[in-house]
Amino acid sequence: MTAPTAEAEEASANWASARAGVGDRIFAGSALAAGLTILAALAGVFVFLAVKGASGFTKPAEVYGPHAESFLGYVVPLLVGTFTASIIALIIAVPLSFGIALVISHYAPRWIAAPVAYVIDLLAAVPSVVYGLWGAFFLAKKLVPMHEWLHENLGPIPVVGNLFGEPNPAGRSVLTAGIVLAIMILPIITAITREVFSRTPRLHEEAALALGATRWEMVRMTVFPYARSGMVSAVMLGLGRALGETMAVTMVLSVGFDLSWNIIATSSPTSIAANIALKYKERSADLLNVLVATGLVLFLMTFLVNFLARWIVGRSERRMAK
Amino acid sequence: MTTLEEVQTRVHVPLVQPRLPQQAPLVVGGIAAAFGALLLVLGLGIVGAVILGAVAYLVALPVWSLVIEGRRGATDRLMTGLIWTSFAIAVVPLVSLIWRVIAKGAGRIDGTFLSYSFFKTQIDQPVGVYHAIIGTLLVTLGAAVISVPVGVMAAIYLIEYGKGNKLAKAITFLVDVMTGIPSIVAGLFAFALFTLIFGPAYVSGVGGSVALSLLMIPIVVRATEEMLMLVPDDLREASYALGTPKWKTIVRIVLPTALGGILTGITLATSRVIGETAPLLLIAGATDRTNMNVFDGAMTTLPVLIYGQNLRGDAPAEAIAWGAAFILIVIVMVLNLAARIVGKIFAPRTK
Repeated sequence: MTAPTAEAEEASANWASARAGVGDRIFAGSALAAGLTILAALAGVFVFLAVKGASGFTKPAEVYGPHAESFLGYVVPLLVGTFTASIIALIIAVPLSFGIALVISHYAPRWIAAPVAYVIDLLAAVPSVVYGLWGAFFLAKKLVPMHEWLHENLGPIPVVGNLFGEPNPAGRSVLTAGIVLAIMILPIITAITREVFSRTPRLHEEAALALGATRWEMVRMTVFPYARSGMVSAVMLGLGRALGETMAVTMVLSVGFDLSWNIIATSSPTSIAANIALKYKERSADLLNVLVATGLVLFLMTFLVNFLARWIVGRSERRMAK
Repeated sequence: MTTLEEVQTRVHVPLVQPRLPQQAPLVVGGIAAAFGALLLVLGLGIVGAVILGAVAYLVALPVWSLVIEGRRGATDRLMTGLIWTSFAIAVVPLVSLIWRVIAKGAGRIDGTFLSYSFFKTQIDQPVGVYHAIIGTLLVTLGAAVISVPVGVMAAIYLIEYGKGNKLAKAITFLVDVMTGIPSIVAGLFAFALFTLIFGPAYVSGVGGSVALSLLMIPIVVRATEEMLMLVPDDLREASYALGTPKWKTIVRIVLPTALGGILTGITLATSRVIGETAPLLLIAGATDRTNMNVFDGAMTTLPVLIYGQNLRGDAPAEAIAWGAAFILIVIVMVLNLAARIVGKIFAPRTK
C-alpha cells in the first residue's frame, strides 16, 4: 500500500459514519467466507473420500468379491466399462452436437434458431432417471433388431466383427447405454460449441463469402479454425459428464464381468458410478470402503478431464483477448 | 480481321457458375418423401422408411448439384443436408421420450396417486407417491436454503470485492471445474461426511440436501456472477457519490437491478438438481412412509422412487414409475417456465 491510498481510506472512514464501516466489514467478510466455503467444499470432497476410501485400496482378497482379488482387479473392468460407454457416447454425440450448434449459429434463420436452442435446452432439463426409464423400458426393446442386424452383418468382418459378437436378447448392451449417454451429453457439447461458433468475427465470415466460398467452405475456413479449442474443450466436458453419469448406465446395462470387445454383449462390465449405485445397499463396511475408493478414482479422473477442458478454454480466451 | 470473333469468345467465360433452381432442395425433399412413403406402403417399417428417405435426399441433391454446380457446390449441399439431419436426429429421442412419459404416465395420475403413500394401513388401500413428492420438495428446498446464500454471496465476492485478484480467479476456475463433478461423487461425499460424524447407518434428507447443494452452488454462482457483471458501473458510482457505503450499494442498488436474472438462475439450478437420483440413493435412502423430518430417517424422493420401481420391474411397478416420471417432468417444466416468467417480471425497468 502506498501512502496516498492509506490517507484516502482514513479520510473516507472519517467521512462515512462508523456504523457503515462495520456493516461494510461484516458484508465483505461474509462474501469472502462464502467464496472460501466453495474452496473448502471442493477440498472436503477430496479429503472425505480419501479418509473413507483409503482402506478400500488394500482390503483382503475376499472383499473384492468373486471376480477379483485386488483393488486393481476390481477397478480395471469398471474403468473399461466406464470408458467404453463414454467413448460410444462421444462418437455419437460429437458430430451431432457440432451439427446442431451450426444450425443454431449459422444455418437457421433467427426465428428458427431460438426454438431449436430451446428444444436442446429441454433435453438438458429432463432428469437422468427419466432417461434411464426410457432407455430401459423403451429404447432397449426398440434396438433389439439393430443388435441382431449388427451381429449378422458386421459380425463376420475380421477386426470390426469383434465389436459385434453374440447380441444381448433384450438390447441391454453397452451400445444402448452409450446411445442414452449420448443424448444426455448432447446439450452440454452443443451449448458450448454454439457459443464459440457464434463468436467468430463477422468480418472473417464475410471475407470468405466475398472471395466466393460456399457456406460450408466459409464454415470450414473461418468458423472451425477460430473455434477449435472451444470445440476440444466442449468434447472434454461432454466426456467428463459421460464418465460420471450414473443412472442411465445403471438402469439400462445388464451387468457382467466379461472383459471383451463385444459392445452388444449379454453381460459387460458396468461403469464405476453405476457400480456404486448398484452395490451401496449391501452396506458391509468393507465393501463400502472399496466403493468410496472407486468413487475417489472417478472423482480424480473427472476432475482432471474438466480441469484440462477449462484450462484449454481459458487459454484460448486469453489468446483471443490479446 | 478476327477481333470481333475474339471478343465474342472471351465473352463466353461465364461470370457466374450455373446454379440449381432455388426450389431444388424442396423438389428433391418432396421426391425423397414420396420415396419414403412408397417404401412405407411396400411394407417397410416407419423407421426404415424415414431413414432411407433421408438417405435418398442426402444422395440425390448432391449428385444433381455435382452435375450442374460442380464439386464445391455438391459438398456444400451435402454438408447443409447433414447438418440439418443432425438436428432432426436429436429431436427424435426428445419427442419419443416426452410422448412416452405422457402416454404411459398421465393415465396413472389421479387424486389417490397424489395423496397416498406406499405405506398401507389397510389391505385394499390405494398406493400413491405422496411421500416421494413431499421428500423431493423438502430435500430440494434444503439444497436451495444452503446453496442460494453461499452461491450469491460467493458471486458478490467474485464481482464486487475480489475482482481480478488471485483468490477470485482461483475460485472462478474451481467453480467451473466443480460444475463437472459427477453427481454420485457428491453423494459419496455427503455419505462419507455424515457417516463419519453420525455413525455408519445414518440416512436423512438433510444429507441429500448437502449432496445436492454441492451440485447446485456452482450453477448459482455462475448465474449470479453473469448478472452482476451486467449491472452498469454508473449505477454503483452514482450510489457511492451520494455517500452510500459499499455494502448498502450492493444490497440496495446492485442486487435489485440484477434480481430478475439471479432468480431465473436459482430457479433453473433448482430444476437441474430436483431430478438428481444417484446422490439421494446413497444418503437419503428410501422408505414407504411419509417422512416430514429432514434431519432423521430415510426420505424417498421421486427420482429414487422411479429407480426403485424400475428395479422391481413388474407391471404395476412400471406404471407407478411412469406416473412418477410424469410428475417429475411436469415439476421440472413448470420450474423452467417459472424461471422465464420470473426473469420477465423482475427485469429492471428501463424507462
